[in-house]
Amino acid sequence: MALTGIQIYKLLPQTNCGDCGVPTCLAFAMSLAVGKAELAACPHASEEAKTELADASAPPIRPLEIGTGEKVLRVGGETVLFRHEKTFVNSPGIAVLVSDDMSEEDVDGRLERFNTLEYERVGLTLRADLVAIEAVSGDKGKFEALAGKVKEKIQGGIILMSDDPSLMEAACKVCADCKPLIYGATKENMDDMAKLAKEYGCSLAVKGKNLDELSDLTAKLTEDGLKDLVIDSGARTVNKAFRDQVSIRRGAILKKDRSVGFPTIAFPCEMADDLMKETLIASMFVAKYGGIIVLSDLQGHSLFPLLLARMNIYTDPQRPMAASPGIYEIGGPDENSPVLVTCNFSLTYFIVSGEVEASRVPSWLIVVDTEGLSVLTAWAAGKFAGDAVGIAMKKFEIADKVKHKKVVIPGYAAAISGELEEELDGWEILVGPRESAHIPAYLREWKG
Amino acid sequence: MAFEEPTISYNGEIREISLGKEADVTVGGETCYPFYLFEGKMPHRPVIAMDVYDSEPEEWPESILAPFADVVDDPVAWAKKCVESYGAEMIALQLVSTDPNGLDTSPEQAVEVTKKVAAAINVPLIVWGVANPEKDRVVLKMVAEACSGENLILGPVEEDVYKAVGAAAIAYGHTIAASTPIDINLAKQLNILLGNLGVSDEKILTDPTVSSLGYGLEYCYSVMERIRLAALTQEDERLQFPILANMAKEVWKIKETKLSQEDDPLLGDQTKRGILLEAMTAQLFLLAGTDILVMRHPDAIQLVRDFVDDLATDN
Repeated sequence: MALTGIQIYKLLPQTNCGDCGVPTCLAFAMSLAVGKAELAACPHASEEAKTELADASAPPIRPLEIGTGEKVLRVGGETVLFRHEKTFVNSPGIAVLVSDDMSEEDVDGRLERFNTLEYERVGLTLRADLVAIEAVSGDKGKFEALAGKVKEKIQGGIILMSDDPSLMEAACKVCADCKPLIYGATKENMDDMAKLAKEYGCSLAVKGKNLDELSDLTAKLTEDGLKDLVIDSGARTVNKAFRDQVSIRRGAILKKDRSVGFPTIAFPCEMADDLMKETLIASMFVAKYGGIIVLSDLQGHSLFPLLLARMNIYTDPQRPMAASPGIYEIGGPDENSPVLVTCNFSLTYFIVSGEVEASRVPSWLIVVDTEGLSVLTAWAAGKFAGDAVGIAMKKFEIADKVKHKKVVIPGYAAAISGELEEELDGWEILVGPRESAHIPAYLREWKG
Repeated sequence: MAFEEPTISYNGEIREISLGKEADVTVGGETCYPFYLFEGKMPHRPVIAMDVYDSEPEEWPESILAPFADVVDDPVAWAKKCVESYGAEMIALQLVSTDPNGLDTSPEQAVEVTKKVAAAINVPLIVWGVANPEKDRVVLKMVAEACSGENLILGPVEEDVYKAVGAAAIAYGHTIAASTPIDINLAKQLNILLGNLGVSDEKILTDPTVSSLGYGLEYCYSVMERIRLAALTQEDERLQFPILANMAKEVWKIKETKLSQEDDPLLGDQTKRGILLEAMTAQLFLLAGTDILVMRHPDAIQLVRDFVDDLATDN
């Protein structure tokens, strides 16, 4: 439970020495209470104060890791209800479900798609993160075998799913070194599952019948010394699951309720019978607070939109996304192809390159470093001026790539033509359209 | 120990706006964040308008052309098909042919097609210009006059055209989609200007400008969320208008709706991918606060309707 400023003040030395950088202990306590300062700034704090405050100053939703090595997945650590308040931090893990009663073909197909469906975008690699392995048959050998197979075949984290501690133990033995997530503890089996989580050093998912039961279970498990928990309120309708996600996030952030201060796990795979519907439900959990999202299948047509949703919602609003400056070849341009310049605001880059591509006129696109600002803003701020654009063109050696000396600048930056002409000796500056939608028509008319 | 479900209190409410000639559709009236039905009301489900172009669309991928292949050269037949075959709750007539950078058709022609479409359907009609102030000012004004009393939704009413189009909307009884470029302060400012001009608060919708999933959706998403927060928890009266998202044209122009499976096998089936991109864009806008979506593919619309049913049904 979080402490108030006054409660914290009582734990401090109350000497008003100012060594923490704040004039009084009370003011420092107030800053601590709202998370604006860290206790480490006070060199005189007692051990007792440190222990008590550690709890109060921990992030409201516990960050944890699933898996190991390069493909480790970080979830949790969220601090806000709405992304514009600061940012969402760790994007939810996307998992595909395989079970030990599935045909070999079904399993192999899912693992194959899990491994191969990967997309590059503005320097990010978008892909699914986890494979959830469910014990359905009740046969220990089958569950073990499937766990072994998945472990061997995939690059990514693993979720082991069974209510039966003996089955879980068998699978844990197989893939303990991958640090799988154990799913999970229920009211009935929690002691055994807790033991396994400790023994194998794994995170433990906890499933309640509802939020009341869930918060009871996590409180008990926490008392038992388990820290890395993932929670499931048991809701399997869209309406109830949405409500529970909101309640959990609010409970953790607004009320500092530690019993729900954990990443959640959601199961769209149990909420629809059609992959399109299911994936749409999954994107709701991207927007509304899912920590891990389990799907029954991944197909290019379904996973790609979902990964875009995740990328968009988890983009840090405090930092504009920027494309890397450079020279981009679109449609295999040659020495006679048009040369266009634009800014490196990622949105502008996407739209302009999309329109150039749509024109089917092979072109060179030069992306100038405008620190992620759009053309108009960058121009107003002097970052899309004649010299900056000229320097970029020289730096990227466009003159060596084309025979002509013509460059198309954005219509909104028409004012820089004069400066650019001076900067680039002998080049003809062409003013292109203001709106990217008019680029295809413009390029089709372009004469080298 | 029972878990205490944290609820928050709201002090504002979104305005209810009646659309169409006979007030056939009402939007707004929310007293809570989108779909937070456990702590407030959302008396009207979000409404989906279907896109109709005033001229045969260029560069639409086959996957979105197919459902309309028999009607794309006839806006009236197209609108009727949307209403009769696909159950469209509204129609959004996009006057793309008036674009001076395109076909540059005359305002008279726009008036003609708008009148015909309005007469052919019994659902509210959105009429959308081309975001070219010089042209929109003339076209939307003439459309407003010619369709007096139809209670059209006219857009995009940007700051450059708000006086002319706003005055025409007042004179001839239409509703306005106030359009600003992804900025809560500009959105508020334009609503204030419209109020000063004399446009009734019952006749304003907010268009915060939208983009597609994967192409900057997050900007519009957060602006919508912020508008709703201000409207519902900070009593910001000039932001308490229903939100309209004219989004289909953004989704269906992105590269990933146009690439075939042969072009990029990892992207999977082109038609299903396009449908899901459209449905997901729509869904995220709904979760951020949109009341009126402009959509295209009948299957994407169905997916969104089913999702809204699931989300709004307490079970």
